[in-house]
Amino acid sequence: MTRPTLTRDDVAHLAHLARLELTEQELDTYVGQLSVILDSVATVSAVAGDSEVEPTSHAVPLTNVYRDDVVRPGLSREDALASAPAAEDGRFRVPQILGEEQ
Amino acid sequence: MNTAALLDYDEAIERFDPVLGLEVHVELGTATKMFCPCPTEFGAPPNTQVCPVCLALPGAMPTINRTAVEYAIRIGLALNCTIAPWCQFARKNYFYPDMPKNFQTSQYDDPIASNGYLDVQVDGETVRVEIERAHMEEDTGKSTHVGGATGRIHGAEFSLLDYNRAGVPLVEIVTKPIVGTKASAPQVARAYVTALRDLLKSLDVSDVRMDQGSLRCDANVSLTPAGNPVFGTRTETKNVNSLRSVERAIRYEITRQAAVLLDGGRITQETRHFDEASGTTSSGRSKETAEDYRYFPEPDLVPVAPDADWVEQIRAALPELPWLRRDRLQAEWGFTDLEMRDLVAADAVGLLAAAPVALIWYQPSGPFGHMLKAVLFGGELGSGGIGFAWPLAPWVGIFLLGSLVGQMLARMRTGGMTADELAGRLRRAGLWLMALGLVLNGAYKVFQLAGGALDPRVFDAVYPSRTTSLLPIYLAVLLWIFSFYVTVIDGRGRYGRAAWALSVFGRTSLFTYVTQFVFAHSVPGLLGVRWRIGAEGFVLLLAFALPASWALSYAYGRWRGWIAPHDYALLRGTTAPRGAV
Amino acid sequence: MSADLTRQTAATLADMIASGEVSSREVTQAHLDRIAAVDGSVHAFLHVSGELALAQADAVDRAIAAGDGPGAGAGVGAAGAPLSPLAGVPLALKDIVVQRGVPTTAGSKILEGWRPPYDATVTTRLLDAGVVILGKTNLDEFAMGSSTENSAYGPTRNPWDLSRIPGGSGGGSAAALAAFEAPLAIGTDTGGSIRQPAAVTGTVGTKPTYGGVSRYGVIALASSLDQVGPCARTVLDTALLHEVIAGHDPRDSTSIPSPVPSVVQAVRRGQTDGIAGLRVGVVKQLRGEGYQPGVLASFDAAVATLTAAGAEIVEVDCPHFQYALAAYYLILPSECSSNLARFDAMRYGLRVGDNGIASAEEVMSKTRGQGFGAEVKRRIILGTYALSAGYFDAYYGSAQKVRTLIRRDFENAFQSADVLISPSSPVTAFPIGEKVNDPMAMYLNDLATIPGSLAGIPAMSVPSGIATDTGLPVGLQIMGPALGEEQIYRVAAAFESAYLAEHSALVPDRAPELEVVAK
Repeated sequence: MTRPTLTRDDVAHLAHLARLELTEQELDTYVGQLSVILDSVATVSAVAGDSEVEPTSHAVPLTNVYRDDVVRPGLSREDALASAPAAEDGRFRVPQILGEEQ
Repeated sequence: MNTAALLDYDEAIERFDPVLGLEVHVELGTATKMFCPCPTEFGAPPNTQVCPVCLALPGAMPTINRTAVEYAIRIGLALNCTIAPWCQFARKNYFYPDMPKNFQTSQYDDPIASNGYLDVQVDGETVRVEIERAHMEEDTGKSTHVGGATGRIHGAEFSLLDYNRAGVPLVEIVTKPIVGTKASAPQVARAYVTALRDLLKSLDVSDVRMDQGSLRCDANVSLTPAGNPVFGTRTETKNVNSLRSVERAIRYEITRQAAVLLDGGRITQETRHFDEASGTTSSGRSKETAEDYRYFPEPDLVPVAPDADWVEQIRAALPELPWLRRDRLQAEWGFTDLEMRDLVAADAVGLLAAAPVALIWYQPSGPFGHMLKAVLFGGELGSGGIGFAWPLAPWVGIFLLGSLVGQMLARMRTGGMTADELAGRLRRAGLWLMALGLVLNGAYKVFQLAGGALDPRVFDAVYPSRTTSLLPIYLAVLLWIFSFYVTVIDGRGRYGRAAWALSVFGRTSLFTYVTQFVFAHSVPGLLGVRWRIGAEGFVLLLAFALPASWALSYAYGRWRGWIAPHDYALLRGTTAPRGAV
Repeated sequence: MSADLTRQTAATLADMIASGEVSSREVTQAHLDRIAAVDGSVHAFLHVSGELALAQADAVDRAIAAGDGPGAGAGVGAAGAPLSPLAGVPLALKDIVVQRGVPTTAGSKILEGWRPPYDATVTTRLLDAGVVILGKTNLDEFAMGSSTENSAYGPTRNPWDLSRIPGGSGGGSAAALAAFEAPLAIGTDTGGSIRQPAAVTGTVGTKPTYGGVSRYGVIALASSLDQVGPCARTVLDTALLHEVIAGHDPRDSTSIPSPVPSVVQAVRRGQTDGIAGLRVGVVKQLRGEGYQPGVLASFDAAVATLTAAGAEIVEVDCPHFQYALAAYYLILPSECSSNLARFDAMRYGLRVGDNGIASAEEVMSKTRGQGFGAEVKRRIILGTYALSAGYFDAYYGSAQKVRTLIRRDFENAFQSADVLISPSSPVTAFPIGEKVNDPMAMYLNDLATIPGSLAGIPAMSVPSGIATDTGLPVGLQIMGPALGEEQIYRVAAAFESAYLAEHSALVPDRAPELEVVAK
């Protein structure tokens, strides 16, 4: 599989998806570095791309690990808000949200 | 986009076929959250039901709530879904402040339940809504937007976040595209959400309050030119907070989209927001490209593989599902589909199911039936319509009263009672009856207030008809009126004939009522048999009850000495009592 | 006396404390003094919990005075209960493990000053066992790196040569051990972050079987790869610590329900009974090109030592190992891009750019842009790409399949060998600054350790000697099948004993003296 070239716009778009504000310089640097990395990691699709091999998502062969539906004490409100950059009325105060709920 | 004059709905439906997709989120009524043991109580002070896990503190890890999985399986089974023998959670990655981890732990490729259906009744027709899948996920926190004009997001200055709700278990139920509904699309959607709500309530997995947000509906609507099998672009409408809104939102979207399409425009794939007040939808943030959630299996959780035994246990413990119960009752009672439909419309199925004793369920059929019904019941059946409805009660009261008064007057003739004595007796009798009536009604009220703490079957045996408890009160009132008349008449004997007529009529109807009561309400119930009687049967019962009542009247009269042996003439009412003018 | 105390092994210190020969407070103070003396140059610690540590030590001393006897089992605090085998011994905690009330940064500016409101399970177990936590050690930011140069708080220096890296990401823990600032340390290993620093600092470190130690309270990098592990200067000390922290945790759904492995017993067996007849596999793919000659020479010497100890050496072929690095550098960034999403300036940590006008999205982006270092940002972008629609199958999906192939390679290898060995790191400690701007070159440091991480098997690094070309420590990696901790500890102990017999001093004790400088 030929990997499409990772462009500066691609990196900018990915940075936006990941909510990372990058400087122009960072964008330039990363494009180069990431392209090199992608080149080398792209070999995985050559090895396993179409194969019948099952992917390993979990290194442990466990299933059905549950917790009983019993209340246990959590954090006090003080503890919860202690590290908040801003709090008001017992709630976390955050800047205005422009986006939509999903 | 500025929608010009909206199309008439009928016009829109004529030109286009709507395709619906409904996504319903149910908040499960478990004690703890989906992935942590924080409580889920509604209404706690902000951020008092949180922990490192649901706050997404660094290092926190989720654990699966077994009961939530059980509830999800219950829902899947009730929706006739296949329960996956193996499924897993996946991360749905997006950034939003009410989502502490900035990903939602949900299910993507491998949901717990899939390929089911729910049959809903719309205008007497059964519509099968196919269910694509039901999967488990977690709820977000609640944000309150402060500042700005409308209090909605746009224009807000800042937001305050409460994470009590973050992590509460949700099950998302997604339908397959609902096609072929044509003009009744909004009703179908509403019926579906209603039926789903009722089903979920009966499963006891959620309190399904749309007004409190424990049941949420997102409506997807797309239009395709009439007869065209290719689906159009769809929009998703959120903030649909009531059953009525479901219907209205879809109706509006259909007309809006039709207007756009007929105008030569293109439908933008977007999320829209339904406005309760105006009944319209407005554009949310338009997305040129669909959000890329970058799903991958949740590495902090291991797969869920519910074993067959557990699933069967859950299936066995399911309460009788609404449509199965309806089918069963219909078979037991021998109703026709039409009759069953009327019962459903009258919301009477529950009563039918709960009644341990036989009901006289009078359903008129044919013109004679309707006339009889109108005569007896004075119009529409009351709610439930068990036994005889309220309008009959005064009639019965009069009959009973007549019987009593007639006998009193006859006795007066033969036994020398004065008018005043009679009036006094009448008043005293009325007092006792009133007291009885109040006690019965009081008990009835207490039962109602106790929220049905009594087994409904016991209640129904004691109060087979609301009428029973009201009857003594009617009688008491009428007795008091008659006592007044008696004192006025002063025993001049002018009313002897009338009294005689009344007494015959009264006794007859009294015993008619009693025998009907006994035979229809109690005996079959005691025998464990259910009765159901139509118009013809009702007439038959009367025909049976009348002779029986005569026989009882005779026996009673003989016992009291008012009637000489073999004095059938008096009984039949062909001669006046001795002493009558 | 205090200098002597810092030169002791944890096992010795534990005995001395239990017998009353010395108090935990004395031991703790000695190590705090050592930290004060040398950490100015080494910079292993990000935070030293002086008062707290002494308070913990005092609690242990009180428990001993109350008559708690020595022995394995329950920890400090229950009167009459047996004392834990490591009660009173100080330890350095990698700053990625949460400790209530103590600053935890994960080596990042985005968590500067954050004090967790809860303890990690590992922390709780350590404290319950009476272990004294001296402080938090430096690491590559969010455990991403092989040199500790990616720390936002400056690099740690290798006590063997202060101009060189101590390895990463757990360079702080390893350096603290090598500099005798602590006899025990906790690290985390995702792709080699315990083993590689152990190798280049001449110490011992183990990555347990995946799921063997709870991850609850350990700031996540790559959830399907991360493991917490014990580090020390000797194999026995490492085993003692292993038994304290290992075991099932209901708060971690991926923790395995198996009993704690009896690694201490395995160590004793290795020391006394040796490893005669044990089959030791040399992985063909984990030597050769990319490996420093001095490293290979040291490895060969280790093989000879093992042979002399009675092991049967076999060669095993793991053909898919050549793709391990690629698979790892797709899986890790993918998982970490998601794990690090929570650092968004809303509930804790750094917040930048909140001027009343900026939106939440803008504040998030600015904060993350400034709060994360370059390596972190690179991996987040890489991971976002690998997971994105259209590329998932080619990248993340394929990498997970390669992972299966690597697991199979190990399964095959363990048919013919009881344990597998390789050099832990392809090179000895390189100079600070040499590779920091070349991510690919940096990634190659994990060549030998990554396959074991992908398969989730246990692996440890013991010092194999000192490289003749650079005079710096070399590590021997010993890998075992899943849940095979006892085997690898046994081999490690046997090797260590043999090495000691040959060289009369273990590698850590051969480190050059550090100049004592006032901090």
